[in-house]
Amino acid sequence: MEPQIDWLTNLYVFVLASFLGLELIHKVSRLLHTPLMSLTNAISSIALVGSLLLAGSGDSLIAVILGTAAITASSINAVGGFLITDRILRMFRKKNGR
Amino acid sequence: MVDLWVQLAYLIAAALFILSLKWMNEVRTARLGNWAGTIGMAIAVVATLGKPEIHSFLWIGVALVLGTAIGTPMALLMPMTAVPQRTALSHAFGALAAGLVGTAEYYLRGSSLGAGATAILCAEVLLGFLTFTGSLLAFGKLHEILPTRPILYPGRHFVSFAVLGLAILTALWLAFVPTAHGVLFGFFIVLALLFGVLLVLPIGGADMPTVISILNAYAGLSASFMGFLLNNKLLILAGALDGSSGLILSIQMCKAMNRSFLNVLFGAVGHVVETAAPHRDGRSIQGYTPQEASTIFEGARSVVIVPGYGMAAAQAQHVVKEFTDRLSSRGVDVKFGIHPVAGRMPGHMNVLLAEADVSYDRLVEMEQINPLFPETDVAIVVGANDITNPAARTRPESPLYGMPILEVDKAKTILFIKRSLATGFSGVDNDLFYLPKTMMVFGDAKKILNELIAAL
Repeated sequence: MEPQIDWLTNLYVFVLASFLGLELIHKVSRLLHTPLMSLTNAISSIALVGSLLLAGSGDSLIAVILGTAAITASSINAVGGFLITDRILRMFRKKNGR
Repeated sequence: MVDLWVQLAYLIAAALFILSLKWMNEVRTARLGNWAGTIGMAIAVVATLGKPEIHSFLWIGVALVLGTAIGTPMALLMPMTAVPQRTALSHAFGALAAGLVGTAEYYLRGSSLGAGATAILCAEVLLGFLTFTGSLLAFGKLHEILPTRPILYPGRHFVSFAVLGLAILTALWLAFVPTAHGVLFGFFIVLALLFGVLLVLPIGGADMPTVISILNAYAGLSASFMGFLLNNKLLILAGALDGSSGLILSIQMCKAMNRSFLNVLFGAVGHVVETAAPHRDGRSIQGYTPQEASTIFEGARSVVIVPGYGMAAAQAQHVVKEFTDRLSSRGVDVKFGIHPVAGRMPGHMNVLLAEADVSYDRLVEMEQINPLFPETDVAIVVGANDITNPAARTRPESPLYGMPILEVDKAKTILFIKRSLATGFSGVDNDLFYLPKTMMVFGDAKKILNELIAAL
C-alpha cells in the first residue's frame, strides 16, 4: 500500500466525479428513484476493493479477521444490490392498447 | 506492469459506473445501466485479485461465497413491499465494510500515517459506523420490529451534538497528536456507532425517504474517503457518484416536504405528533359504505388515484390494479398521482404499482397531475393523508403550510379510503374530510376496493 496520499489528484477525481454525479442523477426520472438508490447503493459496495486488499495482504490476524468480515458485508451489498435492481426494473412495463 | 493492467481495468470499471448512472435516466435503458454497473463491479473485483499484494486467497474465497449466499436470497425472495427495509439493510452492510477497513488500516499503520491521512481515515470510519447503526435502526423501524413513531427524549439535541462534537474532537486529537493510540480510536468508534443511533432515533416513518437518502450518501462518501487513503481513483469516483446521488435525492425529498435538512433530522414534526390533537371545531365526518361510494363512478370519465404508504401497508397494490382494470373496461381514463414522498423511500409507490403490473405511463408526477385535477371526475385517495391536505395551501398556521401537495381538493368528487379517523403522520387534521364533495370510506383498503369492484 502506498504510504503517501496523492492529495491533489485524489481531490481532482473526487470533485469531478461529484459534479458528474450531480449532473447524471438530476436527469433520472422520479419514476426510477427506488431502483436508482439500490443501484448507487450497489455501486458503493466498491468498498469491496479495499476489503480484498486488506484480507489478501495476509499481514496480520487483525487484517484477515476485519478484512474477511468487510468482504462478506460488502459482497452482500453488491450481489443483493445489483440483483434486486434488476428485479425491480424488470417490473416496469408499458402496456400497449389501453 | 501488472499494476498498469490493474489501473486500466479500474478505468474501464469507472467508465462503466458512469454509463450505468447515465442509462438509469429512463426506463428503456435502465436495465442496461444495471448490467453496466454489475460488470464494472466484476471487473474491479477480478482486477484487484490480480494485484501482486494479494497473496492469500482462502479467506477471500470464504467471504465472497458467504456474502453471495446471503445477498442472493435477500434480493430474490424479499417481497416488493419490503424494498425500503432491504435498502436500509444494504446501506448498513456497505457502510460496515468501509468502517471495518478503516479500523484495520488504523491499527496496522496508524503510526506511519500523517495528520491529513489520519483525519480522512477518521472521516471514513465515522461515516461508515454511523451509517451502519443508523441504517440498522432505520431497518428496524421500517420492518416494524421497532416502533415507527419518532422516539423523543428531553435534551436529545444536546446529547446528539455533544456526541458528534466529542467524536470530532477525538478525531482531531488522533490526527494531530502523534502519541495517540488504539484505546482512543476504540472510543472514537463507539462514539460513531452511538451517533448513528441518536441520528435515526427521532425519525418517524414519513421522514424515512429523506433519511434513507442521507444514509445512502454517507455510505458513498465513506467508500470515497477510503479511496483517498488507498490512492484508489476508482473508489473515490464510485463513492462520490453514490454520495451525490444520495445528496440529490435527500434534497428533493426535503423540497417535497417544504422542510430543511436540519428540520427533518432534528424532527420538528415529532413535536406536533406529541402535542397537537386535531381540533375538529365541532365538525363531524360521515362514513359511507363501499356500495354507497360506488355511485360516484356513475358517468365518471376520468379518475385519478392517489396512493400513499397505507396502500403498501395493506398490500393493496394488486387490488388497486384490479380496480383500475375494472374502471378502464368501462371506458374510464385512470391515472395515478404520485407524490415524491409518498411511501417510505423515494419512488416507493412506483415500484409497488409496477409490481402490480400497472403500466408506468399511467404513473404521473405531482407537477404534471395537479393541472389535471379540475377536470377529474373522481379523485381516490388510498392510504395517503398529509400529501393531499389543502391546509398546505390555505392555512399559514398549519405545520404543513407551504408543502407541495397533490391538489385532490380541486377534483369534482373525492373518495377517501382510510383505515381510521386518525390524523396523518404530521398529526394535522385534513380539511378534505369535511368537504361536501368528499366521501369517506373507513376500513381496510384491500377489502373496500374489493367491495367497490363487486359493486361496479
